[in-house]
Amino acid sequence: MCRLIALTSEEPQSPMLAMRALDVMREGHDGSGVGLFLSDLGGAFESLKGLPILSGIFSGEGVKRLDRYMTSIGFVTRHNISIRNTKTPPSGTPKRDTYVICAYEYPSAWADLDQKEIQERLLLTRLRLRQMGEEQEDMIVYSFWPDVIMVKEIGDPLKVAEYLQLDREELKARVILAQGRQNTNYAINLYACHPFFIQGIASMTNGENTAFVPIREYLTSRGYPGYVGYQSDSEVFTHIAHYMIHSLGLDIEAYKHIITPLQDEDLESHPDGGFLKQLKHSCRRLIIDGPNCVMGRLPDNTLFLVQDRKKLRPAVAGGRKGMYAFSSEMCGLDAAIPDRDKRKDFQPMHLDTVIVPSDRSEVRVCSQVEPLALLH
Amino acid sequence: MLASGTLSPSSLSVKDLLWQVQWDKEKCTLCGRCTAVCPVQAIELGVHRKRTIQIPPLAEIGPATSSSNVYQVYHGIGQRTDPAYACNGCAMCNLVCPNGAIIPQRSDEMDKLRFHLSRGGQARSRGGRRNVPDLLNLGTLDRIKFIRISMLTDPALDAGRHEFELRTLLGRVLPPEENLRLYRENGWIPPVREIYPLIIGSMSFGALSPNMWEGLQMGVAYLNEELGMPVRMCTGEGGCPPRLLRSRFLKYTILQIASGYFGWDEIIHALPEMKEDPCAIEIKYGQGAKPGDGGLLMWYKVNKLIAAIRGVPSGVSLPSPPTHQTKYSIEESVAKMIQSMYMAWGFRVPVYPKISGTSTALSVLNNLTRNSYAGGLSIDGEDGGTGAAYTVSMDHMGHPIASNIRDCYLNLAKLGRQNEVPLFAAGGVGKNGKLAANAAALIMLGASGVQVGKYLMQAGAGCVGSESDRCNICNIGLCPKGITSQDPRLYRRLDPEKVAERIVDIFLSFDTELRKIVAPLGRSTSLPIGMSDALAIDDRNAAERLQIKYVV
Repeated sequence: MCRLIALTSEEPQSPMLAMRALDVMREGHDGSGVGLFLSDLGGAFESLKGLPILSGIFSGEGVKRLDRYMTSIGFVTRHNISIRNTKTPPSGTPKRDTYVICAYEYPSAWADLDQKEIQERLLLTRLRLRQMGEEQEDMIVYSFWPDVIMVKEIGDPLKVAEYLQLDREELKARVILAQGRQNTNYAINLYACHPFFIQGIASMTNGENTAFVPIREYLTSRGYPGYVGYQSDSEVFTHIAHYMIHSLGLDIEAYKHIITPLQDEDLESHPDGGFLKQLKHSCRRLIIDGPNCVMGRLPDNTLFLVQDRKKLRPAVAGGRKGMYAFSSEMCGLDAAIPDRDKRKDFQPMHLDTVIVPSDRSEVRVCSQVEPLALLH
Repeated sequence: MLASGTLSPSSLSVKDLLWQVQWDKEKCTLCGRCTAVCPVQAIELGVHRKRTIQIPPLAEIGPATSSSNVYQVYHGIGQRTDPAYACNGCAMCNLVCPNGAIIPQRSDEMDKLRFHLSRGGQARSRGGRRNVPDLLNLGTLDRIKFIRISMLTDPALDAGRHEFELRTLLGRVLPPEENLRLYRENGWIPPVREIYPLIIGSMSFGALSPNMWEGLQMGVAYLNEELGMPVRMCTGEGGCPPRLLRSRFLKYTILQIASGYFGWDEIIHALPEMKEDPCAIEIKYGQGAKPGDGGLLMWYKVNKLIAAIRGVPSGVSLPSPPTHQTKYSIEESVAKMIQSMYMAWGFRVPVYPKISGTSTALSVLNNLTRNSYAGGLSIDGEDGGTGAAYTVSMDHMGHPIASNIRDCYLNLAKLGRQNEVPLFAAGGVGKNGKLAANAAALIMLGASGVQVGKYLMQAGAGCVGSESDRCNICNIGLCPKGITSQDPRLYRRLDPEKVAERIVDIFLSFDTELRKIVAPLGRSTSLPIGMSDALAIDDRNAAERLQIKYVV
């Protein structure tokens, strides 16, 4: 299984906190890889919140091509903390030239664009870089978005983190998603590593989505350029959330009603049954199946956690005011936030969506059988 | 025939027939039940004269003694060899024989009878489906395996204890954006039915006997009202009994309109008195058993009741035209018919066309995707059954269902409309008894559900017809089991209550088998429509054609 931890904290935290939490859950994963998502950044990026940050792995030639390309479309490097490591990597981790983490100034030509257009262009730029990298195998691009850093690598999470010196002062964040283990269904590929990201939405999954192929077919046929990749069956969870928010204009409370809708008898007695039935019918091809625990982050730094229809994967939510976490296991939560009231820990079941809003004021649980807030 | 007799071209011996009646004189009680029950009078009382030569004991033989002939007569069974009375292998004689003295056996070589079934210039017509006798050479659907088994990376589900939702949608489903917008704006959203994915396919009141129809209806009502399974049944082209039209059970019924429009006068007149809307309206443009040919109810079966429901005189053959007479172009025809039907029920009832499997299915489908009212598309493959069709149509016309449904699904997926126009597959589903496996294969190839007819006659009422050209006389109203007969002396053999029980049994066991297929694949929250990654076949060409895995 994968092991997941998602943290949100008023004070910027080092990603090592999440790495150590993954490490105490090591019995639950095979230490074959790690994925890290950071947002609401502290450190040097605190003052650069609006500027897009590129994250990825580049060869020496790749970095040169990247610079040429970014310059050609008008991006200017603003702050670069890319990691170039000369030490021998830990066993199982390939030697890489550069882990790019670089903030750019927007091209001057973009100055008059509205936010939506800028977001579309950032997505297309990331996709173009990814495509360039696939052609020459010299670039792997995870994200290109304001206030977002991503690191993914093969190898034991803690050893990789130590090797990359992720404990550095300039790398702190208030929202951290971390996942341990590489994809097992398909060939090891960094694009298959969770968390997945698209336009401010990130998610990671412990599980296996048995309805992957029809969902992939449905998403790719939406005609949206960002719905590509799918080296992992879990990437569709991120894209479904994106589709729900961007195309359907729904809030995260509706997410479970799309991926694991209520059965007909329950819909009959639901106060929003009419709406939910329409949603279930028209989004039928997005219904997931199999055991899945999904943790994610929304563009406003809200964290969410949902389970599959049968609750076949572990997860617990807990914390204290100002700092909350979702973890695959209790011991991970203990490692991340030891000083919390454990009596308030919550293990979401098959109908629950757990939400920690961006103000980190509480852990909110909404059940699918409750009325939908967004409709009233 | 005497040695000096003449032979006509169609003089056949028993050896020339497909079915040869084996009769055992020792066991026969001469009760006559077999000759009475034979639907085609293939056997008759045989009065056989036999010579025995009686030779005196050796000691008594003298010059004056001679051997003597004694002629004896014995009674038994004779098989007629006139092609008009050829045994059809139904084996009712065997069923009624108290001693098991008689049974028809299939010829050990290809029969000569088939060359003589054009008497009077009449091409052979029959009921049943495509005669493909070799059971070992299983069809494509039977050879599809389900290979994606959940075990360790994701735990297998428990087919017996977990929660499953094996439902499907019938009706036009709008894209999510448009659907939610119309919901918010109180706009018209096309009606959609949530139904069980195994639908009782169109078999008309007329093609089926009243007892068979009643049994099916009772079974459907029980499944819905007692077991909560939303099973639906299509009427076929023959209208609907007036009482059913005015009952609450109409909601379990899909009314079919076909090119003969039989029964629609009655239906239209019942509209103001309907307590419930029907489940849907199926517009039949084609049928898998006889593509490009219309429905056919032969005169034998058009009794007073059938005539009344269909609005025709009794005792005349009712051949529906191959095409709807209002049809000018596909756009015009489909749009006009679909919208007229919607209008009749105030836009509350889904309307969808049914076509026969054909290489032009994609054109039809593309047209439907552009018609925002089309509630689905049903495709009936070459193995579909019928009450009456020309043998040549049944055996040689049409398109296999597997690749037809797959092409259509992939085309919809390319257009991004795979959720909008549900596809239903029919034609030979469960032909070799593997109903759930065939249905699951078609669903994973892209069908939203399957329609089944012949299987229900075989399993639900004991139809003896087979693809070895056994029986297949549904067309002339002589069904020995009373399934497709309109003669009360025949159909009273069939107890509607027992048929209903069997229908319930079939659906319950199908449901269990379907769970036993989808649970190991890790699917339970929704029907695995288009889950082609679970499928494989041991034929490289078929795998490539269907875009599924090839395994050996």
